[in-house]
Amino acid sequence: MIDYLHAKRGIRSWLGTLDHKRIALMYFCAVTIALILGGAFAMMLRTKLLISGPGIMEPLTYNRLFTWHGVTMVFMFLIPSIPAVFGNFMLPIMIGAKDLAFPRLNLASFYVYCVGVCFTLWAMIHGGADTGWTFYTPYSTTSPTDVAPMAIGVFILGLSSIMTGLNFIATTHMLRVRGLKWMDMPLFVWAIYATSIIQVIATPVLGLSVTLVALDHSLKMGLFDPSLGGDPVLFQHLFWFYSHPAVYIMILPAMGVINELVATFAHKNLLSYKAIAFSSLGIAFVGFLTWGHHMFVAGISQLDAAIFGIMSMFVAIFSAIKVFTWVGTLYKGSIALSAPMLFFFVFIYLFVFGGMTGIAVATTSLDVHWHDTYFVIAHFHFIMVGASLSAFLAAAHYWFPKMFGRMYPEKLGVLSAIGVFAGFNLTFVPQFLLGNAGMPRRYYSYPDRYHVLNVCSTLGAYLLGGVMLFTLLYLIISLFTGKPAPANPWGSRGFEWRVPSPPPEDNFEQPLDVSLGCYEYDRE
Amino acid sequence: MNEALRWLLNLPEQRSSIARSIDYLHYSVILATFAGVFVVALTTIIFVVKYRRRDGDRLTPHITAPRWLEATVIIGLLTLFVAWWVVGFSQYREIETAPADAMPVYVTAKQWMWKFAYPSGPTSTDVLTVPVGRPVKLIMSSRDVIHSFFVPAFRVKQDVVPGRATTLWFTATAPGTYDLECSQYCGTRHSFMRGQVVALSPADFARWLDAAEPDHFGGKGGGHGLAARGMEVAARHGCFRCHTIDGGPSIGPTWLGAFGRRRLLSGGGSVLVDEDYITESMMDPLAKIAAGFQPVMPTYQGAIQPADTAAIVELIRSLHDVPPTRDQLPPTKPAVMP
Repeated sequence: MIDYLHAKRGIRSWLGTLDHKRIALMYFCAVTIALILGGAFAMMLRTKLLISGPGIMEPLTYNRLFTWHGVTMVFMFLIPSIPAVFGNFMLPIMIGAKDLAFPRLNLASFYVYCVGVCFTLWAMIHGGADTGWTFYTPYSTTSPTDVAPMAIGVFILGLSSIMTGLNFIATTHMLRVRGLKWMDMPLFVWAIYATSIIQVIATPVLGLSVTLVALDHSLKMGLFDPSLGGDPVLFQHLFWFYSHPAVYIMILPAMGVINELVATFAHKNLLSYKAIAFSSLGIAFVGFLTWGHHMFVAGISQLDAAIFGIMSMFVAIFSAIKVFTWVGTLYKGSIALSAPMLFFFVFIYLFVFGGMTGIAVATTSLDVHWHDTYFVIAHFHFIMVGASLSAFLAAAHYWFPKMFGRMYPEKLGVLSAIGVFAGFNLTFVPQFLLGNAGMPRRYYSYPDRYHVLNVCSTLGAYLLGGVMLFTLLYLIISLFTGKPAPANPWGSRGFEWRVPSPPPEDNFEQPLDVSLGCYEYDRE
Repeated sequence: MNEALRWLLNLPEQRSSIARSIDYLHYSVILATFAGVFVVALTTIIFVVKYRRRDGDRLTPHITAPRWLEATVIIGLLTLFVAWWVVGFSQYREIETAPADAMPVYVTAKQWMWKFAYPSGPTSTDVLTVPVGRPVKLIMSSRDVIHSFFVPAFRVKQDVVPGRATTLWFTATAPGTYDLECSQYCGTRHSFMRGQVVALSPADFARWLDAAEPDHFGGKGGGHGLAARGMEVAARHGCFRCHTIDGGPSIGPTWLGAFGRRRLLSGGGSVLVDEDYITESMMDPLAKIAAGFQPVMPTYQGAIQPADTAAIVELIRSLHDVPPTRDQLPPTKPAVMP
């Protein structure tokens, strides 16, 4: 049986492929490039912040760089990362399907993504918006930089995200192998399914908001600009209606990866399948009702603040249930400390810390002090970099044998997990303290008393950046020199480990046999 | 204990009447965070040590979480979170609701500076001078984009939005100079939009106010400097064609005795006449029409600057003490008619 990597040859067999696995690999390359780019922007920002006063760059350059960092990381890396790479690759295999429901749509979504990336990069080089990734009006509608092309780029990226989400929903509903019930599906599929619901419902609102900003900026329509009769706070409602659920688009797939890892390396059933599955759906729906917690000091009414505050407390419970279930799964397991499992430990520490500081900023009166300070920056980087990126790295190691048919060097994987943990903490713990002290975000220059902590943070960022490059390097080398991987190197019961590594073009030689469940470790 | 935790967490000094109670909530949330991380880490470590894989793949028992344990965790955490919400929201109400006797100061933010105007006339740039021990209410508007008024030592922050009046209040508890920072990204020199709040003892503050350079419309010290400017601005913009300041009927509602009272709206409901409503009525007059009046007022959006809207707000505020009955008024025409 020829695997999907060797089934066809030549560049055209890749660019025109309808195979979800090949499309996933193309996404893998693309989001890795986006990650490198966004990381490079972050390094430049942190380098500037080594000195408190004016330094290696002009304020306008700095403002552009943090906008590019945010736009690149959020729209080009985090949102597509786990769903479009690992979701694309694993979801059909995990439900016993030969491909996604709409293979052509899948390929189209990749090219739309590429067009969006190219357009956004062109916009950066050409005019470079300096609005921050949040595009707050009326600054964004009056900024001297070219906001409109950037907004159109984000719109196109959103379109790609909707196409992917739609495809996953249809696939999960229609293509499950005979005998695979909803409550028997791998929980990664549930996580991707919940994510897709958010993508399909929320992303159109993002498209609408950025389009209106582009129109406001170029045609002076005056929807959000008070000097033309508009309402700037309306934009914040529209923007966060998407962008708060978008946070869950970025973390839910990460949680999905963690479900699979924990079961595999603890060699045990998840403590509560239903708790994990339904909490994903809970996050997807309740997550839509919390956006106003970004606006406690924006001039919203006290009633609004009360409602958004309590809803934010409720949504946190779902995450707490997941943490409880993951930790409980280790009980009476048979725990293997492989590199992906170490990434799980990194994940859970960062996720609990990041989640609890999320509760902290959702506490209305505390948010008044922390809003728009480095505390918020540290909080969401704990979730998005800490948790999501650790899960991305965990997934890259965990599924590496399946995707490429080769093993990565285990010792280097362990080293990478430890390095990410150290670099991450050194970067972002100082930022919590800076936020407490009152340093606002997006500050090009800052008072000297914030200097020492900023230097710590920058050193941490260099370490983290170095570890990331190191990880990328040994993974690339392993593509060519790694030991050949068996079909199931981890002894997992997961469905994807029942096909050869790498899988054949049509995924299955015989239909997937689901009589032994994917989390059943109590029988052979 | 308070000082030790404040130092550990790198928090600024507590120099407003609300800062300390907010910090106490902060301590409880952060300590619970550390406790949570500790419990999760400890449990994980114990399980990993105890159940480490020693003898290759083997079967493990199928365990599902007992209902009572799941319920305990959920109810326990939810109770904790809701308790924080209750305390946090009641503190938020306190932060958001200015005491009635607060001293008003008008704030105009623009790229990239702060301007302060006192009702008695003095104005200043980037330095706000306030008395210790007396509530100060800032009535803020922006000339261009959204800014945010943030004084870390007071633990207060409020966005300053163009086309709207937002308010913020605090009582400084000790004399000193405190940092004021713009915390909402507002363009190229956002990080340079910093100022200071100087808190003086009441006696020093009285002396400062007396000696301060008055606005060119105001009398030196005392009087109604900003209100006088409001008269000039209102006359210039033709406000008195439709509004009176002596309680007399006209096309629009009189300004006399309007401030601080509730007004019935056409179409039902009522609204408190405050800085916010007055500013909204200038910018978006048709949003809330007073009962008994026609929706005929044009918008002044873009036509009138925030410093001038502040002067009009102060004029209307200065007219609030007079009861709105015609008998008690001198039978004169409005002071200014265009």
